[in-house]
Amino acid sequence: MNTITKNIQELAVSLLRDKTVDIVIGFKSGTVPMSSVPFVAKTTEQARTFIWDTHCRLNLANYLTGRKEKIGIIAKGCDSRNIANHIIENKISREQLHIIGVPCSGMVDKVKIASEFTEEIIEYTEQPDSFVVKTASQTKTLLKKDYLRANCSTCMHPNPVIYDQLAADRVTEPLIENQFADVNRIEALSRDEKWQHFDDLLQDCIRCYACRNACPLCYCPTCFVDESDPQWVGKGTDTTDIRTFHFLRAYHCAGRCTDCGACVEACPMDINVRDFTRKLNKDVFDMYGWEAGLDIKNRPPLDTFNPDDPDEFIK
Amino acid sequence: MTEKQIKIVAFLCNWCSYGAADLAGVSRMQYSTDIRVIRVPCSGRIDAKLILAAFREGADGVWVSGCHPGECHYLEGNYYARRKFILMGNLMEHMGIDKNRVHFSWISSAEATKFAKVAREVADTIVPMGPNDRFVKKAV
Ligand code: SF4
Ligand code: SF4
Ligand code: FES
Repeated sequence: MNTITKNIQELAVSLLRDKTVDIVIGFKSGTVPMSSVPFVAKTTEQARTFIWDTHCRLNLANYLTGRKEKIGIIAKGCDSRNIANHIIENKISREQLHIIGVPCSGMVDKVKIASEFTEEIIEYTEQPDSFVVKTASQTKTLLKKDYLRANCSTCMHPNPVIYDQLAADRVTEPLIENQFADVNRIEALSRDEKWQHFDDLLQDCIRCYACRNACPLCYCPTCFVDESDPQWVGKGTDTTDIRTFHFLRAYHCAGRCTDCGACVEACPMDINVRDFTRKLNKDVFDMYGWEAGLDIKNRPPLDTFNPDDPDEFIK
Repeated sequence: MTEKQIKIVAFLCNWCSYGAADLAGVSRMQYSTDIRVIRVPCSGRIDAKLILAAFREGADGVWVSGCHPGECHYLEGNYYARRKFILMGNLMEHMGIDKNRVHFSWISSAEATKFAKVAREVADTIVPMGPNDRFVKKAV
């Protein structure tokens, strides 16, 4: 058991034992390798099944919306920023939460790892900077830094921004030059190439909405995709409908997205839907100097304005 | 040969640009007939959903016009709108929609001349581009 897992379990057990909280939200091992899953512990026995590894890719803030009880929650950098969002947007109150922060050294990209093998992966064991992957006929040791998720490799806020206790020492926050290289690449394309890029990107989308469901920001009681009068977007896999869905899903995350990558993690078709949100993240950063969820004081950019905002595009 | 007539959907704020269109009309000012007006309560009511809905139903261009900054009937609607517009316009361009198909303006109810002028500009930009084929829902 790694030290972070041990610390998380101890902290969670004591929170539940002392009745400081009613539940603790964390991760436990999934049923297949490389798939740690969100888990809500109500008893100290359950809290002893919590784990921490490089597959805790989903965002636990997603499970907070509208809850009434006292909650303990494990939060890496991006989860903590989405918790801050939730507090700002009145989806949970700070007083209800006991946040166990986990300074994060990045999660690995399961798709990239799987692409190294032709057979199914049957075992995955972690060491501090590397991991060993086993299939029926092969065993390989790979370096973690070569397999970080795309969003983790440009993350500048690995330490939780808001917490009550930490389960590990803080990590150094990297300064990434050219943070939006991926967006710039698309921006440099011609208009037709851009259209084509997103056509190709969305070719496999089956409209399952897993990307939306995994995102802590998407908590509306009725999502626009389910509205029928007027119907903003059709139900099937018509290419215009798929594009419209993705445009609006991303747009509703403008100024709120923390680039946690939960949407990409949830997608069964491995579509990098961050290609949409990243553009908005770049624009709000360039125009309003905003990065979502860094504190619980400032209003998000679309919930405020400045009389001197950029205006040149208006006649 | 019959060419498809270009349609430009204009979302005009009730308190200003809609009045300007009215005044331009009674003053017999000339502007493009490709423009179809939809009256909205405030430019702050405009959402990306509405703009995409216009394209989806076959509009070739969209024009949104509201009150000048500081003159919104609801005081701040257009300030919020401005932030939404720039982000949605950029995202459209990013996804391969020509920015020139979506226009924004501030026109007060007294500015009939500006209304007619902007209407001509909008039409002169969009009409030569021809029919839009992106984000259109084709009948199945
Ligand atoms: S849109 Fe994706 S990356 Fe952004 S907050 Fe939601 S799940 Fe995270
Ligand atoms: S999770 Fe993937 S397949 Fe499902 S709707 Fe989102 S992008 Fe499409
Ligand atoms: S009332 Fe005209 S823009 Fe708000």
